Amino acid sequence: MHPAPSVILFTTFSGLGFGMLFWLGLGMPAPTGLVAFVFFALAYALAVGGLIASTFHLGHPERALRAFTQWRTSWLSREAWASVATLMVMAAYGAGLVFAATRIAALGLIGAALAMATVAVTSMIYAQLRTVPRWHHWSTPALLVIYSLAGGALMTGQVRYAMPLLVLAGLAQVSAWMSGDKRLAESGTTLATATGLGGRGAVRAFEPPHTGPNYLLREMVHVVGRKHANRLRLIGLVLGFALPVLLLALPFAGHWLALAAVLSHIAGVLATRWLFFAEAEHVVGLYYGKR
Amino acid sequence: MTELPLSTERRLGLVIDLDTCVGCHACVVSCKGWNTENYGAPLSDQSAYSGAGSGTFLNRVHSYEVQPDNGAAQLVHFPKSCLHCQDAPCVTVCPTGASYKRAEDGIVLVNESACIGCGLCAWACPYGAREMDAAAKVMKKCTLCVDRIYNENLPEVDRVPACVRTCPAGARHFGDFADPDSAVSILSAERGGMDLMPEMGTRPTNKYLPPRPRDQLQETDILAPYLAPVTDEPKGFLGWLDRTLSALPKGPL
Ligand code: SF4
Ligand code: SF4
Repeated sequence: MHPAPSVILFTTFSGLGFGMLFWLGLGMPAPTGLVAFVFFALAYALAVGGLIASTFHLGHPERALRAFTQWRTSWLSREAWASVATLMVMAAYGAGLVFAATRIAALGLIGAALAMATVAVTSMIYAQLRTVPRWHHWSTPALLVIYSLAGGALMTGQVRYAMPLLVLAGLAQVSAWMSGDKRLAESGTTLATATGLGGRGAVRAFEPPHTGPNYLLREMVHVVGRKHANRLRLIGLVLGFALPVLLLALPFAGHWLALAAVLSHIAGVLATRWLFFAEAEHVVGLYYGKR
Repeated sequence: MTELPLSTERRLGLVIDLDTCVGCHACVVSCKGWNTENYGAPLSDQSAYSGAGSGTFLNRVHSYEVQPDNGAAQLVHFPKSCLHCQDAPCVTVCPTGASYKRAEDGIVLVNESACIGCGLCAWACPYGAREMDAAAKVMKKCTLCVDRIYNENLPEVDRVPACVRTCPAGARHFGDFADPDSAVSILSAERGGMDLMPEMGTRPTNKYLPPRPRDQLQETDILAPYLAPVTDEPKGFLGWLDRTLSALPKGPL
């Protein structure tokens, strides 16, 4: 799949933002006044900024409100509802902390649950697609939820939780890569089933229907970037998880080191998210003799 | 509404005969022509005369080589457009309701004025049957020429999809698969009409007829096997010539 910057930024930053809202909702931490304002402002900037980035890849963003109508079948529509619900509940909860120094615990818990539900629903947009075998697996929502929990814990300063979650996210990512690399082959979809001609002999794409590029190839058959995949995987693991854990573990940890850990984590997540799209093979590529 | 109808009254679709298709791309051109001038936004081209042109098409013809274990390879021309699936994943993923499947005839359509151009339906289609138009920024797909097949302003013979009307080889057939006595149902049953990627669970309406087996060249001379050359290496004078020429240093070519 084409690794569109808007979608990479959207999933990365909204994942972090909703992860922050999760921990804030649990009351970990439960700041009040100005400190609470800074925390919530950052979480909202990330979550809402991510959502806005996602509208950049719409052909007609002015009709975006229509995306709320089909929640009965569409995960994308459910995502619209879940994110708005989370943002409203957490706004009320945050207002209590910022302006009244009161923590309405129940509201926070509901908001935390909604925040993680939003991340899970977002990941279902990808996991539901049978056409992309690498994504069509329970590990896709699991991975994105763990990423969000770990990133949120890191950004809200929950070092005690951030360290094991970061390690877990790194391990989950490695295992998702390992199983994902085999999933297209395991799906059983090949040029033979795509054309129905497999029973007659070995099928080979002889001549494509068009000599130039087209929407399908640009959008769904992204093969160029994959040659650097292994290097990027390493960079993603080191920056996203290993380095932040190391920085948090240093005995003289302070605000600057925490900031470095956060920036390193974001850079690492961006790298792995780029791979999430670039490495995902859509079965339509088979019709073109590509994967 | 993106909930799929449980069943449709009629199941309109195409039979595509891979045995007959000659790969002329006439259906591609007639589809582009009709659908640029009629239903919805035109099918735009970008830098059409630049050498790196690109454009929206609702029907494209691939060509495949099939190499059987024994015998000659076969070339199969393979037109591909929307299959108007009964379990159309492109419809259920749509967040806006722009994509829908009609309960009366099973045609899958996009309401372009409701489409936000998110592209998710194109991701959900296994067959590459949907293309986002780069100028109109809405999703385009085969309408089964819904504006021809019911169009009483057209002579009756033209009330079929443009690709079917155009195909000079008669490789495309249009009809109702819900009617077991329709020409397409009979054709598909007789010739073993197949689904593309059945494992995707989309239950396509369109059926593809597999190419018939090719004739085998028969050995007509019963003595021929006894006269088969005993060696592939040239002998005698030819052998000497072959060895000598091979030994010469390479010429200017
Ligand atoms: S062929 Fe693709 S676009 Fe057409 S109905 Fe099936 S899934 Fe949808
Ligand atoms: S591109 Fe249009 S038709 Fe396709 S899923 Fe998005 S809104 Fe629906």
